[in-house]
Amino acid sequence: MGRLRAMTIKEFWAILRDPRARMVLFVPPLLQLFVFGMAATLEVKNFDVGLLDRSGGRAAVEFASQLAGSPNVGSVVPLRSEAALRDAIDNRKVIAAIVLDSDFDAKVARGETATAGVVLDGRRSNAAQIVGGYLQRIAEATGAVLRPTTTSSTGGSIIRNWFNPNLDYLWFTLPSLIVMIGAVSGISVTAQSVARERELGTFDQLMVSPLRVHEILIGKMAPPVAVGLINGTVYLVVAQLVFGVPFTGSVLLFYLSLFVFLLALIGVGMAISAASQTQQQAFLGAFLITVPLILLSGYASPIDNMPGWLQVVSLADPSRWFLEIVDGLFLKAMPAADVLPRIYPLLIIAAVTLSLGAWLFRARME
Amino acid sequence: MAAPSPEPLASTEALVKRFGKGDPALDGVSIAIPPGKITGLVGPDGAGKTTLIRLLAGLLRADKGEIRVLGGAPGADQDRIGYMPQRFGLYEDLSVRENLDLYADLRGLPKSEREEAFGKLLDFTDLKRFQQRLAGKLSGGMKQKLGLACALIRTPRLLLLDEPGVGVDPVSRRELWAMVKQLVEPDQGAGRDGGIGVLWSTAYLDEAERCDSVHLLDRGKLLFSGPPAELTGRIAHRVFRLSGFGGGRRKLLERVLDREDVADATIQGRAIRLLAARDTQPPSPQALDAGKDAVLEPAPPRFEDGFIDILGGGPKGTSALAEAYRTIPESDAPAIEAKGLTKRFGDFTAAEDMDFTIARGEIFGLLGPNGAGKSTTFKMLCGLLKPSGGTGSVAGFDLRHAAAQARGALGYMAQKFSLYGDLSVAQNLDFFAGVYGLERSEARAAIDRSIEIFDLKRYLPSNAGELPLGYKQRLALACAVMHQPPVLFLDEPTSGVDPITRREFWTHINGLVGKGVTVLVTTHFMDEAEYCDRIALIYRAREIATGTPDELKQQAMAEAELDDPTMEDAFIALIEASDRAREAGEKQAA
Repeated sequence: MGRLRAMTIKEFWAILRDPRARMVLFVPPLLQLFVFGMAATLEVKNFDVGLLDRSGGRAAVEFASQLAGSPNVGSVVPLRSEAALRDAIDNRKVIAAIVLDSDFDAKVARGETATAGVVLDGRRSNAAQIVGGYLQRIAEATGAVLRPTTTSSTGGSIIRNWFNPNLDYLWFTLPSLIVMIGAVSGISVTAQSVARERELGTFDQLMVSPLRVHEILIGKMAPPVAVGLINGTVYLVVAQLVFGVPFTGSVLLFYLSLFVFLLALIGVGMAISAASQTQQQAFLGAFLITVPLILLSGYASPIDNMPGWLQVVSLADPSRWFLEIVDGLFLKAMPAADVLPRIYPLLIIAAVTLSLGAWLFRARME
Repeated sequence: MAAPSPEPLASTEALVKRFGKGDPALDGVSIAIPPGKITGLVGPDGAGKTTLIRLLAGLLRADKGEIRVLGGAPGADQDRIGYMPQRFGLYEDLSVRENLDLYADLRGLPKSEREEAFGKLLDFTDLKRFQQRLAGKLSGGMKQKLGLACALIRTPRLLLLDEPGVGVDPVSRRELWAMVKQLVEPDQGAGRDGGIGVLWSTAYLDEAERCDSVHLLDRGKLLFSGPPAELTGRIAHRVFRLSGFGGGRRKLLERVLDREDVADATIQGRAIRLLAARDTQPPSPQALDAGKDAVLEPAPPRFEDGFIDILGGGPKGTSALAEAYRTIPESDAPAIEAKGLTKRFGDFTAAEDMDFTIARGEIFGLLGPNGAGKSTTFKMLCGLLKPSGGTGSVAGFDLRHAAAQARGALGYMAQKFSLYGDLSVAQNLDFFAGVYGLERSEARAAIDRSIEIFDLKRYLPSNAGELPLGYKQRLALACAVMHQPPVLFLDEPTSGVDPITRREFWTHINGLVGKGVTVLVTTHFMDEAEYCDRIALIYRAREIATGTPDELKQQAMAEAELDDPTMEDAFIALIEASDRAREAGEKQAA
């Protein structure tokens, strides 16, 4: 017990006193919180819309003022002709243009369904799609139904997003960030641990001491677990208090799944570290693993959109399971009955990666 | 042939260089490098040798003082300077030939001149057979030779060699020396206007004696400049050799060192060399209680004696560490035993059939060239490598069945400082006390003892990596013996440290051995070998000779017809004899 304690304390000192390890600990989480929380955005704000009004009646003016009054719309650019419309879109003066036909007012007056055409700049497909959504809502408010002329889908459906009714992107990003930060710090802190000793020449010193292999391994895993739990806690608090993301599920389940998730990552990190001779190799190895781990989690692109074989591969990605759990616990009050079936695969993955890490460590002891 | 011009090729005047705060790396250093001579730059690690060489090569800027290189500022005439840094920039994944080509490109050697230049260099370095071999697969000595060849690609006027002898065994070191010696000979092709000038830096004080003139550096200060004989001349009548004494040599050494009229003393096989204090008569053998047959006779002084004299004498002989150490119980069982230990990596045999037993309270040395298998043997015995065959035991614990217990019974100190540099001294001590399973109160006592014996108090909060070298050495020893192990493993424990620190270290070891501690040491340093009770000479993965230092010298005398060989002579003679025997065997087989 004394040996294990000494080993664990030493490992904590090693990461707290080494400037490089400290950087790995604190810089990426803060940086990501800043970048994702403040800068990167999935919202489209301050976009300009063209308006080709062939009707010119009261309903059309009402529509135009609704448009101009929307908080997301920057300015409404009046267009005189089809050619002007084409020119505005081509030269990116506007991202979307609305065409009101000459019978628009007449139809509104008769109580019929009036339609407005929308031309979207398909070159900026993501933003255009979002803008299309906004315009649709504005049109609903005006009482008109929009008919997009560029896409085949006909207007009329009303989309209501459950769990995140306003599609606030922060509600989605911040819980996912816990997964990303956990993956980055869990893997990189562990990956440095053995490689650092090899590089600095202290590995032999460790191996000739009476420490047993399991004591060394547990000692080396304690700091990354602690770091991951602390980072997770910080994000849990900051997401709710600073960014106002609701946490609707069980905190206990959150920590349980976070712990198992960290174990799975630490196994991966240990395997990288045991295989590396220098810290630089470990750093590259960690990078090589972390990126696909995050890409396959379903954060960057939905797993349903991946080719079938990749969907199978993603089953082995611990961050995929943990992402589902975190999203569920934050927004959906996911019950234990739904969380546990996602913890079991995490447990299996953790058992595999930890065994791999320990095996590689033993195999590379000489 | 022009007469050697008195003008030096390079010189410095009152040079000062500082890195950050603290003591300057160089403090008022003035040296001169004349043509046609080997100038030694001698001093322990951290003395400022590399800094000075980098200043001369124009890679650093001085804070104060003047440097002139080949009549200009440093860096102005790089084409005529050959510079070989400590770890020469060889590309390990390129072959010998490709490395030469690369440096020829970098140095702008015209293609037409290459064949001739390469031919000469490859002959000179005896690397012709290895042209296609990857540089990474060469031995330490061959790497240094290739490094030298690359530095010589365009025959330089001034050759700066930064510790070419580091990591190179005595045989290769002698070859390197002979090669460089040949370069400065005025009748060589290179030798116009008095030949090229060489600055050879080294931490081996015995190399200093062979230089034409020497600059001795210690902690940034120049302690001596001039021909080595001038320094040894100062102490010509103060060096003696005490032999034929009865009783233990280590006990006697302790008594000798503790005397006021002795400035320094070291063990040399069954004899003791001593340096009498200034202006005193050496003590008589009777006064030393050395037995009636003891003889005290004058001995030739060495450069190291002179160095110690400048520093004001060596440490005293009583080890506070040993006095506080427990007595290891007497036992008939060997403390360390190797029975046919063998290690294979794939089809390469790194160590074969190692067989020796080391008794309680014995210092046993493993000596041999790099890559010969001494480290492999050492690592098998301390549990870092699993033997492929044979058995071994440490303190009675079989390495195969009780490896963890065996590890608990040994203290280990490696050649490089291998404590946690980012942890403070106090944290390092705490860690080692904990790892060796000391109880809370025991640990406290052991740590307090270490702090007092090794004078670590003022460094407790400092990072271990930032300690002065001597203190690093002390801390490493303190951590290795914290749990008072019966067996100590030392891997080149004092390479590169200054002679005072080395003596202090061996005083502790001698004291511990007096308490029954058993020591296994690997070394390159012939001085360290002299402290051993017995030595196993390992060459080409085999134990070629085992015996006391004096026995090995006797054997070498018989083999090579030397009289009064040094340990290094014996080492080389025995290796050469082994080579001859093997070649004869191969011829017979063919």
